[in-house]
Amino acid sequence: MDPIDLGAIKSEKVVDARGTSCPGPLLETKKAITGVSVGGILETLSSDEGTRQDIPAWARKMGHEFLGFIAEPGYDRLFVKRLK
Amino acid sequence: MTDRMALIVFSGTVDKLTAAATIASGGVAMGMDVELFFTYWGLNALRKDMMKTNTRFSKDFEEMGPMMAQVMKARKVPAWYELLAKAKEAGNLKIHACSQTYDLMGMKKEDLSEMVDDVLGVAMFIEAASEAKISLFI
Repeated sequence: MDPIDLGAIKSEKVVDARGTSCPGPLLETKKAITGVSVGGILETLSSDEGTRQDIPAWARKMGHEFLGFIAEPGYDRLFVKRLK
Repeated sequence: MTDRMALIVFSGTVDKLTAAATIASGGVAMGMDVELFFTYWGLNALRKDMMKTNTRFSKDFEEMGPMMAQVMKARKVPAWYELLAKAKEAGNLKIHACSQTYDLMGMKKEDLSEMVDDVLGVAMFIEAASEAKISLFI
């Protein structure tokens, strides 16, 4: 699979969970995914260190695709593609 | 069949209740059915008159309680009962009251938070836990 250019992604929805600790960003992501169409991309903004592992684990379990993250100063942009 | 998590919540201190609520909401987020059995001080913490005013903290780190409470507020960690309420809305999470504690402490349904689904005995927990992938005593 070709590496995805995360910077070029057009997110269908952005959920800003910055400033919240675990499990805030995960719960926000779970809630927000239903507002994205199948095949669409949800972007979560998180300043919680654990989210980089939590969202991929959640996506695996729920059958969505974690595309990766972009580290910005003080937070991450994490991308999930809704698959079902 | 959906994976299940079964927790016994024995502790009534805010730190351990927060840990239990965080694990439970993580379970819901991961698509698990979550069964919470509140007993002793855990069930006591679900009393309506106690739930929001409880500031008890584990005895071994008691002096850090007020500081932790401040930091948790600043970091927007929801209160343990708010986490549970959200998790209940988001998925399949049940809150059971232990019938022994219920009896010993002379509780009535109206004394307890509306989040409590029912009052159950230990055999129901054993049944739920024996089919659970994750089972913890907190």
